[in-house]
This record gives sequence, C-alpha cells and structure tokens, in this order.
Amino acid sequence: MTLQSTAEVRASERVGAFQHVTLAAPGVVETFRPGNFVSIGLDDGVHLARRSFWVHRVRSSSSFGATIDIVVRPGGAGSTWLAGLPVGASVDLIGPLGRPFAQPKEPVPCLLVGEGYAAASLFPLAERLVERGCPVSLLLAADTADEVIDGLDVRRSAEAVTVVTGDGSMGAQGSVAQALPGALQRSGASVVYAAGPSSTLHAVAGVSELHGAWSQVALEVNQPCGTGLCHGCIVPAVGEDAIAHRVRACAEGPVFRGDRIQWGLL
Amino acid sequence: MRLFVAAGCGGTGRELAPYADLAGVGGFVTRTLTLDPRRGSRLRIAESPSGLVRAHLLQNPGVDRFLTTEMPWLAQQGVPTWASVTGATTDEIAAVVRRVATAPGLSGIELNLAVDDPGALRLHDGSTPKGAAAAVRAVLDVLPESLALHVKLGSDVRRLPVVARAVAEVGADALVVGGALPAALPNGTAAELSGPAVLPTALRAVRTVCHELPEFPVIGVGGVRSAADVRAFGSAGARGVQVGSALLHDPSVLARITAELEEQSR
Ligand SMILES: Cc1cc2nc3c(=O)[nH]c(=O)nc-3n(C[C@H](O)[C@H](O)[C@H](O)COP(=O)(O)OP(=O)(O)OC[C@H]3O[C@@H](n4cnc5c(N)ncnc54)[C@H](O)[C@@H]3O)c2cc1C
Ligand code: FES
Repeated sequence: MTLQSTAEVRASERVGAFQHVTLAAPGVVETFRPGNFVSIGLDDGVHLARRSFWVHRVRSSSSFGATIDIVVRPGGAGSTWLAGLPVGASVDLIGPLGRPFAQPKEPVPCLLVGEGYAAASLFPLAERLVERGCPVSLLLAADTADEVIDGLDVRRSAEAVTVVTGDGSMGAQGSVAQALPGALQRSGASVVYAAGPSSTLHAVAGVSELHGAWSQVALEVNQPCGTGLCHGCIVPAVGEDAIAHRVRACAEGPVFRGDRIQWGLL
Repeated sequence: MRLFVAAGCGGTGRELAPYADLAGVGGFVTRTLTLDPRRGSRLRIAESPSGLVRAHLLQNPGVDRFLTTEMPWLAQQGVPTWASVTGATTDEIAAVVRRVATAPGLSGIELNLAVDDPGALRLHDGSTPKGAAAAVRAVLDVLPESLALHVKLGSDVRRLPVVARAVAEVGADALVVGGALPAALPNGTAAELSGPAVLPTALRAVRTVCHELPEFPVIGVGGVRSAADVRAFGSAGARGVQVGSALLHDPSVLARITAELEEQSR
C-alpha cells in the first residue's frame, strides 16, 4: 500500500557526485518492489511540484529502524534542498509508487543497464533476481567516474560487471549504446532491465529487440505530482490492445516494456 | 464552507482516494470532459514561483469513455460527482451534457466557461454575457431537474459582473469563480497559471461577483491550501471553495484543511 508520511533523515552522506540520503520509511519498506519510486514534497512554499526518486536500498531493520536510501544528484532547487538536509530533518514522503519491474518466472540470465543516478533503481532488483537464481550481469554507465554508483554487495553477486564512462575515467570510454551489444552477447541475457536518460533507454530497447531479448525500461519523465492526479507525466505508449495511448509515467509506469514506448514521440 | 476537488486536479478519483475521504467532500469535480477524447500535449506542466503552469489542452478520455471507465467507480464509492464539461459549440456542450446526465450517481454539472480553448473561441465565446448565457441555456434545455448546474467563470474582473449576472439570470444554480490565469509555458505554449500565486486574483474575482450578486451562491477557486485561505474566500463572500493545485503538492491537503477548520471552530 502507498503511504504518505513525514520521514526523518537518518543519515546523509556524500559519495562521489551524489548524496546518499537515508530516510526512515517503515511503510515503504514492507511493500517496496524494485522499480518503485518515492515522491518528495518540498516545503519551501515556493515549489509546488513534487520530486521523484528511485529507491536504492531498503532495510527493514538497520540501526535506524526501517529505512530506505535514495541517491540524489544535487542540481536544481529540489535536489539541492534534499541533499542539504541535516540528519533529523523531516520530509513529506509518499511511496512506494509506480509499477515495478516485472521479474521472470524462470531463472534466466538478465542484464541490468544503469546510467548515472538512475542505476540506483537496479541494485534492489539485482538482489531479488540473484535470490531467484537468475545469473545477473551489470552494465554501469556515467559521464565520469564519480557518477558511477558503487554497490559492492551487488558487484560481488553479479556474474560480470562492465563499466563505461563518457570521459574514460572509469572502465572503458564510451556509451551504453556502444557497450550494449557486447554485454548482451557475453551475458546471454533474455531480459534486459534499464534505467537512465531516455536516449539511453531508447537505445537499450532497440538493441535488445535486435538480440531477441525482452527489455524493461524505467522511464524518467518530470512528475509534478507523482501520484497520478495531474496527468502531467504523459508517455506515448502502445497498450496490450495494440492501440497507442498516452499514459501516465507515474501511475501506469514508470517501468514499461521497451517495445511499447513510442520513442519518436517521447 | 463546502470543500470541492477542483476540475483536473483529482485524477480519476481513484488516485486521490488513498489520501482523502471522497465520499465526505462537498463535491468531486471531474477533469473537463469533451465529446471526443483530447490527447493533450506531452510538455504539460512547469513550475513557477508558488505556482504551476499547465498547458490547457483539456486532455480527457471523452465523455463516453469517462462513463464506462471512471464514473461507475465514483458512483460506487458514493462520491458526490460533478462532471465538468465544455465543447467547441453550444450544440457540442449540450451533447456532452445529455450523455453524462444519464450516469447514475451524478450530483451535477460544472459548465466550464473559464477555458479559452483557441479551437472553441471562434465558435462560441463563454466570456461574453451573450455567449455565456447561450451556453447555459443550451445546458439547461437538456439537463434533468434532479441535477444542479454550476458555471465556472474565469477571473477577468472587468467582464465578471455582467457575465455573472447573465449566467445567474438564465438559471444556473451557482457560480464557480476564480481559477487559473492565462499564461505560457517556457516554450511558448499557451497555458494557465494556478496555485497560491493566483489566490489574490481569485479573491478579487469572488469579491467582485458577490458584490454584484449578493444572494447568489459563489464557490471560490484559486490557490487554496489552508483553512486560512478557506476563511479568506468566506470573507470575500464565497459559500464553498475548490481545492486544486494544492492536491498535487500534497494529496492529503483536504483532510488537513478539514481538521484545521474543525479545530478552529471549536
Ligand atoms: C521516477 C523518477 C525517479 C527519479 N529518481 C531520481 C534519483 O534517484 N535521483 C535523482 O537525483 N533524481 C531522480 N529523479 C529526478 C528528480 O525527480 C528531479 O527531477 C531532479 O532531481 C531535479 O530536480 P530539482 O528540483 O533539483 O531540479 P529543478 O530544475 O528545480 O526541477 C526539476 C523539477 O521541476 C519540474 N520541472 C522543471 N522544469 C520542468 C519543465 N520544463 N516541465 C515540467 N516540469 C518541470 C519537475 O517537477 C522536475 O522534477 C527521478 C525522477 C523520476 C521521474
Ligand atoms: S506526475 Fe502527476 S500524473 Fe504523473
């Protein structure tokens, strides 16, 4: 069930380009599924639109109780405010929200492709897939090394981890589009999960289809409300009925089958 | 003071239900329905200081689809539902009303004359006394006795007194006054501004109409987010208020306002 609560900041730590923020969120932890997000309201009285964040990690009992971690890239008003909150501060939190990643019924090989902070959403997914016996490979991408999310536990349980950066400061120099065909081949994946900018997701959807793999993409469209009320996060997508619809990224997504999105219209 | 969910801000109702007692609200106004579905644009909402700017392309599923997919749920939950309607011509408005009026559970119609739909403006202009009266007459001709008619007017205070009087004289049951102001998205798309930023303009509009028609029921709308705002509309002469953009920022705002009002009346 989705809950709105006043969540306390339990820890906040700078890691590379990101601020990892730990929030007390009992209700979110119990019902969270990988691919869900949380929505945060700013209380500065000026910004009305809420901000959505991927859940990077859930812990049902840490030394802080039930918590979630989010990975914030400080940039505009909302993310800078959130990243700067001291321990003990409160935020208006709604979650878990959105349709999660669909997980395979059989233990098939999976490739997880994440770029920048959006890769945060793939770490809990990797854990669940490994628990289900799926061989998991990771392709992590970012512009620079300090934007590659680190996740030691997941790296250890993965079959293979490929890193590419735009400037070559970590892993190979290049983009997801360049590294993907090789990673797909090596992993033998029949399902590809991806999170990142929409140009990357478009490439993933295309390359996956060429290789005969299913793709599940976690879309990021500005979400003014996050809860399905405003119809401000419209995505052009083809439904089960083969008819093109305009659906809400927050309510009908944010995870979609890559072949369902009308990328040219996005 | 009756609290309404403003048109276009409550999703289909289902999304708001976890955060609000919809059966207990004064009324749930649907997003504005047209005869045919309107797809809307993708870039729909941007932030402005204490406001939201949204393209007003009247995205909606069309009245027939609304009746099969959204209205039955609202009726089943006992939500006092007001169908917001508009059209490019008075005939089209009447056709929408005729269809929606048969829906079991409907409380009334909110005729939306506040939208300056560029397509519609050439065919009928609800912002003139004559145009507004003609539209109201077209609705009343097909409206069953059991349903009430609210008419929503924009907040152009120079025209308001005459338009309001014309609408009241034709036989509307109440006026909804205030609402969003003409604006533009950063890319130039025609849009409207709502949120706390417009509250003073809505108060002025309500005051103007209540001065012109002291006995006529007026519902204020524009930027309400607290009990103090509700009281300000009350002082201006309104008998009810609609809550809109505040729901996108905080879907629980109705419950909070209700609790604040009860607290203060004790
Ligand atoms: C599902 C999802 C998950 C996300 N996960 C993360 C995450 O894990 N980490 C992270 O750092 N970020 C994440 N984001 C992005 C995050 O929500 C913010 O958009 C981002 O942090 C920038 O917000 P800001 O307030 O700093 O920037 P600002 O520039 O102040 O504001 C951006 C926000 O303002 C609104 N906005 C601004 N311009 C427009 C426009 N032209 N049209 C419409 N709306 C506009 C939107 O609400 C947008 O979210 C996610 C977004 C989504 C949709
Ligand atoms: S963000 Fe408002 S409907 Fe999706």
